[in-house]
Amino acid sequence: MDLSAINPILLLASLMVAATPILLAAVGELVVERAGVLNLGVEGMMIVGAISGFIVAVNTGSPWLGFIAAAVGGALLSLLFGILTQYFLSNQVASGLALTLFGLGLSALMGQNYQGIKAPAFPDWHIPVLGDIPVIGPIVFQHDPMVYVGLLIVLGVWAFLKYSRAGLVLRAVGENHDAAHALGYHVIRVRLLAIMFGGACAGLGGAYLSLVRVPQWTEGMTAGAGWIALAIVVFASWKPGRLLLGAYLFGGVTVLQLNLQAAGLAIPVEYLSMSPYIATIVVLVIMSSGRAPGSLGRIFHAAR
Amino acid sequence: MKRRTLLSTAALATTLAVTGLTAYADGHEPTKVGFVYVGPVGDGGWTYEHNQGRLAVEEAFGDKVETVFVENVPEGPDAARVMTQMALDGADLIFTTSFGYMDQTLEVASKFPDVKFEHATGFKRSDNVSTYSARFYEGRAVQGHIAGQITESNVIGYIASFPIPEVIRGINAAYLHAQAVNPDVEFKIVWAYTWFDPAKEAEAANVLIEQGADVVLQHTDSTAPQAAAQAAGNVYTFGQASDMSEYAPMPRVSSIIDDWAPYYVARTQAVMDGTWTSMDTWDGIGAGMVGIGEITDAVPAEVKASAEALRDALADGSVHAFTGPVNKQDGSAWLADGETADDGTLAGMNFYVEGIVGDIPQ
Repeated sequence: MDLSAINPILLLASLMVAATPILLAAVGELVVERAGVLNLGVEGMMIVGAISGFIVAVNTGSPWLGFIAAAVGGALLSLLFGILTQYFLSNQVASGLALTLFGLGLSALMGQNYQGIKAPAFPDWHIPVLGDIPVIGPIVFQHDPMVYVGLLIVLGVWAFLKYSRAGLVLRAVGENHDAAHALGYHVIRVRLLAIMFGGACAGLGGAYLSLVRVPQWTEGMTAGAGWIALAIVVFASWKPGRLLLGAYLFGGVTVLQLNLQAAGLAIPVEYLSMSPYIATIVVLVIMSSGRAPGSLGRIFHAAR
Repeated sequence: MKRRTLLSTAALATTLAVTGLTAYADGHEPTKVGFVYVGPVGDGGWTYEHNQGRLAVEEAFGDKVETVFVENVPEGPDAARVMTQMALDGADLIFTTSFGYMDQTLEVASKFPDVKFEHATGFKRSDNVSTYSARFYEGRAVQGHIAGQITESNVIGYIASFPIPEVIRGINAAYLHAQAVNPDVEFKIVWAYTWFDPAKEAEAANVLIEQGADVVLQHTDSTAPQAAAQAAGNVYTFGQASDMSEYAPMPRVSSIIDDWAPYYVARTQAVMDGTWTSMDTWDGIGAGMVGIGEITDAVPAEVKASAEALRDALADGSVHAFTGPVNKQDGSAWLADGETADDGTLAGMNFYVEGIVGDIPQ
């Protein structure tokens, strides 16, 4: 065993990068679920975002346009789910699962001519002054911009849900859609907007994989990240702060276990491999005190 | 009860259909060949090459053959469902292309004695189940031979997938040949516990590079580690399962290419002719089942020449990738001087050779 081979600064720095795709997808799903909708299609929206972003980034040479396209692509796909569940009142679980399967297939079709192509470079930001601080600088302030965009979205969602009137309406819709409707709020409109926000965030998360993390297009490249995002939302008891903790914990332990393996730590590899899942579940369960939004997964119809 | 009736009716109908099919086997009905894939056909690696084999079968037989495939089939009970469905749909021959389908293949095969099954990289056979695999370890030996000479840090990273004999054999072969040309070489092995997860593979590659590896070997199927190595610069990689030539000449300096096409064509022909029998095929560089992708100019000319000589010697059988003296990791003797490994030991290999640090997950 040679633990000195692990550079703690590089480890902590790669933690933030490893956590970002899950964080983006999870924060979008959090808003969706707080509005009372259970969208299990995160994986499908992520991968469609991954290929949409990749196609646009490759053709325009601009990763930023790619990320915008990814958000649009994810939002469009989620709109399909929104129409099915909000207007045609179809079952949310079944529609969400179908969305995942549809997204995986659609992305494979869209990506047929994009295999083996390299994404345009998305350079890291070296934030002046802050990036020069020893130790903390390389860990926190020398990443690509999307890491900070992800953090800003989480911060924004937290402030929106806690302090804004619109956030209060969204929570009301999620807690009791009949009461919100009786008060004159547009339950379906609020939910559609939330669903599209969720789709856009999942799309960004997917594009982060195809444009930064991996960076290339491969079929099925999300490989279950969407499901982990869904689980983190539940274990974080629908609170943005805990979601951030959960995503970083998951990303951190994932990177740490690979580091420990490479350094030859004498813990059986199976335990190391399951450690990200266990650590995340244990910590978030111990902390969890919240409960699910009251109307989560229930179908709303004004006449009922 | 009703469902059971339905099932047996379906089974009966299929038996009739299959019998009908054999009756018209003289060219009227196409032979149906099914493929079960563990990843997507566009993974650029393992499944991609199996799918190339399927396309070669279509090419070779035209409208005398009909192929079907299901991709992204998880190893485990789901695989049995997919195989059963294929058999019920009238497949005559089914290729199950991942080690983890072993028990499911035998289970389904026992229910459909008239359907032929071919299981890749496994070791369990029955009357209608053949196994086939390639001697990838010969390719690993060439990789180790190159890697040992081009590394400057003397640290070689290895992204392993699952602790099965196939993967362990690859690690041992690469290590022995790296160590033969560079006694100071050290292997850092990371078990990813996946065949295909680009993000995780990229992370594993980055971790190995951060810990000093300047050559990364992979036994996972995506090109993500290649991209990670390219981003890091000055790191060498090898294509896995497929040529991955889009990353040549650097970081990808060579590759192992699986070529299943001749085997798939031959076995489909055997089913058509009615000469199919259960057998075990294990071919290497010599038979063309394992190809060594072009060694690029990023490798010094003399290294390239000696690697090609090793490749040719492995192909004509004058050199065996596992030739003694070799000890096991615990220091006990395995192969005496000049002795070569027998296929039985190789097929069930569950130990590291001497010099590799770490334990195989059990």
